[in-house]
Amino acid sequence: MSGTLRTVIVRLSQAIPVILGVVVVSFVLTRALPGDPAVYFAGMAADENSIAETRTALGLDKPMAQQFLVYAGDVLAGDLGQSLSTGQPVLQDLMTRLPASLELTLTALVLSCLIAIPLGILAATRPGSVADHLCRVLVTAGVSLPTFFTGVVLIYVFYYLLGVAPSPVGRLDFIYIEPDRITGFYLIDAALVGDWETWGAAAKQLILPAITLSLFTLAPLARMTRAAMLSALSSDYIRTARAAGLTESKVLYAYAFRNALLPVVTTLGMVFSFTLGANVLVEKVFAWPGIGSYAVEALVVSDYAAVQGFVLAMALLFVALNLIIDLTYTLIDPRIGFETR
Amino acid sequence: MSLLSIEDLKVTFATRRGDVEAVRGISLEVTKGEVLGIVGESGSGKSVTSYALMRLLESNGRISGGDLTYGGVDLRVVPESTMRDLRGREISMIFQNPRAALNPIRKVGHQIEDVLRRHARATRFTAKREAIRAMEAVKIRDAEARYHAYPFELSGGMCQRIVIAIALACDPKLLIADEPTTGLDITTQKAVMDLIADLIRERGMSAMVITHDLGLAAQYCDRIAVMKDGVIVEEGLPEKLFSDPSHPYTRKLVDATPRADASIRSLLPPEQRTPEPSLTEVTAPLLQVRNLVKTYQGKSGPVHAVKGISFDVGKGESVGLVGESGCGKSTTSSILVRLDDATSGEILFNGDDLAKTSARTFARDPRRASIQMVFQDATDSFNPRHTAGQSIAEPLKRLTGLTGDQLSLRVEELAELVGLPLPLLNRFPHQLSGGQKARVGIARAIGVNPDFLILDEPTAALDVSIQAIVLNLLVDLRQKLGISYLFVSHDLHVVRLLCDRVIVMKNGEIVEEGPADQVMSAPSHPYTRTLLSAAPHPPALTVSVPSAAE
Repeated sequence: MSGTLRTVIVRLSQAIPVILGVVVVSFVLTRALPGDPAVYFAGMAADENSIAETRTALGLDKPMAQQFLVYAGDVLAGDLGQSLSTGQPVLQDLMTRLPASLELTLTALVLSCLIAIPLGILAATRPGSVADHLCRVLVTAGVSLPTFFTGVVLIYVFYYLLGVAPSPVGRLDFIYIEPDRITGFYLIDAALVGDWETWGAAAKQLILPAITLSLFTLAPLARMTRAAMLSALSSDYIRTARAAGLTESKVLYAYAFRNALLPVVTTLGMVFSFTLGANVLVEKVFAWPGIGSYAVEALVVSDYAAVQGFVLAMALLFVALNLIIDLTYTLIDPRIGFETR
Repeated sequence: MSLLSIEDLKVTFATRRGDVEAVRGISLEVTKGEVLGIVGESGSGKSVTSYALMRLLESNGRISGGDLTYGGVDLRVVPESTMRDLRGREISMIFQNPRAALNPIRKVGHQIEDVLRRHARATRFTAKREAIRAMEAVKIRDAEARYHAYPFELSGGMCQRIVIAIALACDPKLLIADEPTTGLDITTQKAVMDLIADLIRERGMSAMVITHDLGLAAQYCDRIAVMKDGVIVEEGLPEKLFSDPSHPYTRKLVDATPRADASIRSLLPPEQRTPEPSLTEVTAPLLQVRNLVKTYQGKSGPVHAVKGISFDVGKGESVGLVGESGCGKSTTSSILVRLDDATSGEILFNGDDLAKTSARTFARDPRRASIQMVFQDATDSFNPRHTAGQSIAEPLKRLTGLTGDQLSLRVEELAELVGLPLPLLNRFPHQLSGGQKARVGIARAIGVNPDFLILDEPTAALDVSIQAIVLNLLVDLRQKLGISYLFVSHDLHVVRLLCDRVIVMKNGEIVEEGPADQVMSAPSHPYTRTLLSAAPHPPALTVSVPSAAE
């Protein structure tokens, strides 16, 4: 176990330069954006003088290096600046927006794992069967139908035609009051205070966008599970296990599936990162107050503090995600901890 | 009475080109306490027979005829659940490539527990104790610590012991060993085979040993069945097979098996034998290795792979480099072929120190053409998207500047030289047989007219009859072209057949060096003696050929 612990520490320390790099990149990126923030901040009726004043007030007249130091100091202190478009501190915006996105993405991923992994295993154990064909159809549909299309279809069917879904606007129907903020995840917060009525309402709002997103993320997961299971099942150790008379469930889960998990976890990580960044379309269709739509709005109006904050938050999230995936690897595969030692 | 009886067994595989019958009606009996050897070359159906018996055929294979009876039970008709009860408890199996045969991410102790608990030989509380006992039964020292090891932390021989422990944990009555020692070092091979033989005797089990090595089978089996193309061509006692084989194929196999008393030409069928080659008279040294050292930076401190070795290879001479895995023979050969740099030492080639030119720049050195290598794995050392002809042409383009018609002429000339039929030049590696791939590998290496050729176990993956042909081809080529060979191998018998001189390496050092026949007949170093005694000893032929040194 000490090997695993050391791997954890090594990986954690490796994350530090990455985070430093991200701070630099997010700073440089926003400086490279077209448009002069000073002009923007000074307002419509500004003249040369007031723009210059604003520039001094914002600290944009100082040399780049000094600006960076100020920025880095602010980041360290937890100050990401003020958003121009919402008028709120960026940190606060992110704190409300990020949980919304995470709640949606995580629910979608859990949903798609629950479907994709059993489906992939079924397809791998019975190649050419009905389950295999179903898997193929679902995978093809998942990758070929864009999320805004499936989203709109789902709304049309379940909200407009059947009327079983609530109106697709935001995280909670307006007749309910937001649960007290504990984690920012409505489902968790509502459950923590025992407000099951609000929980049900939030879950209802969540279910359609989550299905939309999970249809999209299901495809790579199911494919990878099927492929990894097929290759694990054809390996020598499965033959040994079968020759020893082990039961089929033991062979499938303790031997084949655990070995197939590695590529599946890798895919899961990749899918998670691209959905977090790419679910803008779903957020727009369902008026979901997520971080994707926030970033797009900020980008459109050159709201550089907000963009900077978004880039930084996403980068930190990805670093954390990669860390978790790497650590999951060491838990699954003893050889990996050994190699980094 | 017979424990297992196979009656007219047929196994068919459904392939894209229709049904292929891999086993075409074989009948065998294994009585209680008997060890039956099944010997055959690749594609003979020997492994398929054992998988059919275990009902572990791949999904496209099926038993298409015949009877399988084990202890009165008809194995063809019992339900799968009964079959699962029998596997591991009544009939067990061990496999080749032991490391791959174990679950890579499960502790070996747990893998043994799995089978113990499956067959109710242990409960959750006694499993660990029983697993450790099973490990001790296969002579694993320090079993309690090894219980927690993963397969990648164990050596190949140790992994095979674990596989044996899994197979024997529930005291089966019949053990099927499918090439149990292929890929293991020769001393490990002996240790593993001795262990299996001891366990079989102690427990009064029956066994089926499936192998391509007639010598190994002869040493460990009570009776041998020789298979070819899905049928049994001959069956009998080992001595009888060796002294008086009745089937021509058995005769061919017996001839091709390298033995202490064989000569290079005697490996071939009698009608193909040409006069024996004469020993090379060395006039001047071609390659002089002086104090060659290679130290790697390992995870736990430096690893001394080669510890200052010195030797010569004369012009036109053939030198064998023998040792077990980890002895430094591969490191030495990759340094000599200039794909790797030495830590220190000189490699004098015609008096020039090659070690002064780094391995990275040697590819553009004019001397690149004069040192070439034939690689071990014929399949992996080819670009799968290149035809045989392209593979042979590749070094010629770079090193000789031949183009167009001249290039294709030269490729055809080389193909003829190594006995590769010209139409095969348009085939891709996966469309060639092992022997054909070996020929392509040799043609590629000799194409640029090297003075010095390093052969890294070029016949290790080949069937013995093919190995006999390739070895003879190498002897002929050396006589024709006057190339010096450094023949790297773990098989002392093969080395003796092909080499004038032998160098034995152990732990990065040369422990013995001398004329091949002398080292083989009167080894001076105990390690050489160990290696020699570990090699399987097939029964001597009735007509023994005196070796040249005597």
